[in-house]
Amino acid sequence: MEWLAGLGHSALSFFQRLGRGHLLFFAILQGLPGMVLRPGLVVQQVYAVGVLSLIIIVVSGLFVGMVLGLQGYNTLVDFGAEQSLGSVVALTLVRELGPVVTALLFAGRAGSALTAEIGLMKATEQLSGMEMMAVDPVRRVLAPRFLAGFLSLPVLAAIFSAVGVWGGYFVGVGLLGVDDGAYWSQMQAATDFRDDVWNGVIKSLVFGVVATWIALFEGYDAIPTSEGVSRATTRTVVHTSLAVLGLDFVLTALMFGE
Amino acid sequence: MSRPEEHLVRIRDLHFSRGHRKIFDGVDLDIRRGSVTAIMGPSGTGKTTLLKLIGGQLRPDAGTIEVAGEQVQRLSRSRLYELRKRMGMLFQSGALFTDLNLYDNVAFPLREHTRLPEAMVRDLVLMKLEAVGLRGARDLMPSELSGGMARRAALARAIALDPTMIMYDEPFTGQDPISMGVLVKLIRLLNDALGLTSIIVSHDVKETAAISDYIYLIAQGRIVAHGTPADLERSDSAWAQQFLNAEPDGPVPFHYPAAPFGEDLLAGRESRQGGR
Repeated sequence: MEWLAGLGHSALSFFQRLGRGHLLFFAILQGLPGMVLRPGLVVQQVYAVGVLSLIIIVVSGLFVGMVLGLQGYNTLVDFGAEQSLGSVVALTLVRELGPVVTALLFAGRAGSALTAEIGLMKATEQLSGMEMMAVDPVRRVLAPRFLAGFLSLPVLAAIFSAVGVWGGYFVGVGLLGVDDGAYWSQMQAATDFRDDVWNGVIKSLVFGVVATWIALFEGYDAIPTSEGVSRATTRTVVHTSLAVLGLDFVLTALMFGE
Repeated sequence: MSRPEEHLVRIRDLHFSRGHRKIFDGVDLDIRRGSVTAIMGPSGTGKTTLLKLIGGQLRPDAGTIEVAGEQVQRLSRSRLYELRKRMGMLFQSGALFTDLNLYDNVAFPLREHTRLPEAMVRDLVLMKLEAVGLRGARDLMPSELSGGMARRAALARAIALDPTMIMYDEPFTGQDPISMGVLVKLIRLLNDALGLTSIIVSHDVKETAAISDYIYLIAQGRIVAHGTPADLERSDSAWAQQFLNAEPDGPVPFHYPAAPFGEDLLAGRESRQGGR
């Protein structure tokens, strides 16, 4: 009987958290129009969330692209099709790896930072203090961060893909001797703007919403102790990664499945 | 019976519980305009919770809380925020924004709620900082302040919007004697100079009694004694005597509730034998 009670308890708390998460999401959405009047707050957060994530995104994009170039070449050369390396690298990045890997890196770099920052603001009563000063922390603190995450992730994903294409170029054309013109022209011929690029952008927009939402909710809902904040930070990374990978399959099935 | 407008805060038959634990079980309390009122009691009796209830951050299970003639728990969100602009609250930790320097911390409520030109914000901020003696420290970050300075800075921020009421949550905890003395003096001085109404939640008996006009003693969810500091000292309430004289045992027992000691020791022996 006890395990049944335990099961019921965890189910209840799961749905309570889910409910609180959605309420917070709608409260944040209500705060977004106000951001038009406070662009400074958003710019500050775009810097913290987006610009400061650039290094990890660029370096990872470069290496992922180089690995793709190497592996793609080794496979294609068996069929004498190494000329299509450009299209393999570009399609893999633009459709899948760009949005997905960027979102995973974003969860580790920016999401965890957001959760820890907001969790600590809660633990040190800064959020309560703001409320008592008649300033709504959801609008003043969470909304600009949400908007910044939503705007930053697609841009970061685009940068990741672009750098990755160059990484594939360095390895494929520079080291392995694929024809320079073939690399670019095959890429141009195979990549469709609407089907490939645009679908990738949609993916990264969805991931941007989900990753930022989870990070903000975990911070805002954290138990205000050092242990609680540390657990919330871990949960941000784990939940965001799972959500991104799961959603990626769903989105891919919707976009590319027949 | 005093006229109602004499009281800024009126609490009637307040009930509040957290989970299964009853925090307040029928509390009646009045706070007179212009006075310094202390709410004292042993740790864990929900004194901070009371301030959060007055500020509308928590909702009571039953009973009413009236601030300036308005029932806090019935107010719409925007009306509550309007009311809060007239309340200042000093948190135990200070709750300064760690990413802003002192000047910007004090300017924060002014910038959020008014459209004053920056020159006027500057004058106001410097006035408030001067009042707490930290005008020279305006460029410091909160992490560079001592505990006493952080609390004074938070006080400057709490009075930035010229509230009618200010609530202090354990203002003296963890302060060295000098900053304690400064804070004690400052609370009384600001109250009288700015025409505030102050509520102090504290368990530092001497310091608090020295500047309070009226004291409420809370224990086990109820008001167990109240009166002016002089009244309480003369009172024959066992609660008041234990608390004001810091006696280790009395109505507040020294021991956390437990089974009789002997039984507990024997139970331990049995379980050890059973474990073999």
